[in-house]
Amino acid sequence: MKLNIHIPEPTKPIPDIRTGEGLLQWLSTVDHKLIGIMYLCTALLFFVLGFGEALMMRIQLMRPLNNFLSPEAYNQLFTTHGTNMIFLVLTPMLLGFATYSLPLMIGANEMAFPRLNAFSYWIFLLGGLILYASFFAGGMPNVGWFSYAPLSERFFSSTKGVDYWVISLLLMGIGSVGAALNFVVTTLTMRTKGILMNQLPLFVWMVFVNSFLILAAFPVLNAALFMILIDRQFDAHFFVSATGGSPVMWQHLFWGFGHPEVYILALPAFGMVSEVIPVFSRKPIFGYEFIAASSVAIMLLSFGVWAHHMFAVGLGTTFNAFFAASSMLIAVPTGIKIFNWIATMWGGSVQLKTAMLFALALVVNFTIGGLSGVGFSLVPVDWRLTDTYFVVAHIHYVLIGGSLTGGFAAAYYWFPKITGRMLSEKIGKWHFWLYFIGFNCTFFVFHFLGLLGMPRRVYTYPDLPYLGTLNLFSTISACVFGISFILFFWNIFYSLRHGKIAGNNPWNAWTLEWLTSSPPQQKNFEKVPLVRSRRPLWDMLHPEDPDWKRENKNKIKKTGNE
Amino acid sequence: MFFFVGSESFFFLALIISYIYFSHTGGVLSESSHYLDIKRTGIFTIALLSSSITIFLADVSLKRLNRKAHRIWLAATIILGLIFILGQTTEYLKLYKLNFTISKNVFGSAFFTLTGFHGLHVLIGILVLLIVLIMINNGKFKTIEHTAFRSAAIYWHFVDAVWIVVFSVVYLGALI
Repeated sequence: MKLNIHIPEPTKPIPDIRTGEGLLQWLSTVDHKLIGIMYLCTALLFFVLGFGEALMMRIQLMRPLNNFLSPEAYNQLFTTHGTNMIFLVLTPMLLGFATYSLPLMIGANEMAFPRLNAFSYWIFLLGGLILYASFFAGGMPNVGWFSYAPLSERFFSSTKGVDYWVISLLLMGIGSVGAALNFVVTTLTMRTKGILMNQLPLFVWMVFVNSFLILAAFPVLNAALFMILIDRQFDAHFFVSATGGSPVMWQHLFWGFGHPEVYILALPAFGMVSEVIPVFSRKPIFGYEFIAASSVAIMLLSFGVWAHHMFAVGLGTTFNAFFAASSMLIAVPTGIKIFNWIATMWGGSVQLKTAMLFALALVVNFTIGGLSGVGFSLVPVDWRLTDTYFVVAHIHYVLIGGSLTGGFAAAYYWFPKITGRMLSEKIGKWHFWLYFIGFNCTFFVFHFLGLLGMPRRVYTYPDLPYLGTLNLFSTISACVFGISFILFFWNIFYSLRHGKIAGNNPWNAWTLEWLTSSPPQQKNFEKVPLVRSRRPLWDMLHPEDPDWKRENKNKIKKTGNE
Repeated sequence: MFFFVGSESFFFLALIISYIYFSHTGGVLSESSHYLDIKRTGIFTIALLSSSITIFLADVSLKRLNRKAHRIWLAATIILGLIFILGQTTEYLKLYKLNFTISKNVFGSAFFTLTGFHGLHVLIGILVLLIVLIMINNGKFKTIEHTAFRSAAIYWHFVDAVWIVVFSVVYLGALI
């Protein structure tokens, strides 16, 4: 059995899709760098859609009793917006950077399973397209991004939207599990000579820890999705209360996945800023062991906090008290990280490049999101604020303020490596400030709206004092926020042609990805020197004062023997 | 492969927890448990469990470089797996004749989903083992280190282990 299809090998680092076999090279590639770039481009594409949906909702909410959107359209928009941003923007953004950078950072030439890597991407893309295919099949899903039963059952949602939603998430879940497996095995088996597990760059470590989270959380979601699909297609009774099923079970299963998912989106972003902050502070990271260990703590704790999404269900005082306590506990390892980053900057010579500004914005905004989150762990506070705009503020501070901001830090940091050209700092600074101001003005007022009692997911609101003003302010700020993204796209477009040539190591960083050319050739490294510390490039450039001579003798002996 | 199997175990964990939860609400268990034929399924369970032994023997004969024994034990594993699937299919047919279906009540939903997904995994396992067997016969593997065979064997053991739990919870649990 022999296949006679000609599959071209990419000859250039980034094949041009307009020439000859360029497009085919992209479609057939198993190269982790090209797949990483495809992930990132997909994230950008879906981001435009998701942001468009958000903007339509903001226009609808601009003034009280507005008629821009029908209630039905509004339901579809917020559901698709939520699903789109979480599964089709943040996930591929983080997977994309990890797929691109992880092998480079550990001195490997490829992922452990290159074909699985390509499979993960394509099945993820298929899932994304299926979500939007529902638009042509009689309506998008309209029951919120967590599709609470029994609303999502066929009795209440008879259109095909929810079925498309379920299948799309199933496919993306399979893709994520495949990618996570690949990261774990790659980190364990493909490290270049000398890197010990406690010398991994923190981004690699976080992706590694995060992959275990994916491996454990996504199957739970998949099981729940299968159950609801069987409910809808074969008249089963899992979540139909009328015939003995239990809608609360759906909530348990969904949040059993859903809360780890929040950390799945946060941990890689933490890893990114843990790379960016030390480089632009010209200091090694403060408390490497604490950052690494606190990630493991977050991973384990995140499985014990899911029911804080369900305080309003009425599960009983003991139950609520347990999850309130665990939710407060999980703030501790996150706090440890924040202090480590601040301590890294302390006394360093901080360079406020755009990447660093975004990393700082993450520290500020994620702290705000984290604090409102801890507030929610107090059960009475949660009862007062659940399903109001306060929750909407919280989720946006965590996911935009945390994950997306971390993603932009990574984009400015790694763009020179990926394309060989620098992103413009001038446009970057404009992008950053409009982003920072636009984001905070849009979403900070949501806290007040929530405290005033404005419920989320309702297409309009009555003309009560302050509601109209605050909402108008938010809508205008959202436009400023939108302009910042236009600047980012313009920056990419402009810098790809006119950006400064980057060179191998434009930031004088210390991890291995900066050793090779920018963009790296198809074979990442011709030769990697023996790694003996957490900062291999520092050791290369400063043979008179390498890191490994200063560390304790035990470690030197171990690496020396290899 | 271990990580994949670990991930899969969370999938079954969720299904099993749901099964336990749903089978103990509102007395559906006492209504429905008489549909289950424990002795009959027990026999097919023995078939599946002995397939774990045969694949272990296949592994041993591979280590001893006894290629022929390796192939025979592998084929025996596949046949035992098929016997199990046959047993499950006939059981399903019987239940459907008795009008006990996935949409009958919440116990039916949980029962068919849990055992059905397990059966699907057995079927996938059989396909994988079959592919490995064909590749061995075609001489695709040159080295003794048959990673493909080892991975398939891990997966097969996992599917068996899950069945031990499922059988204990669903069939033996109904006796209590």
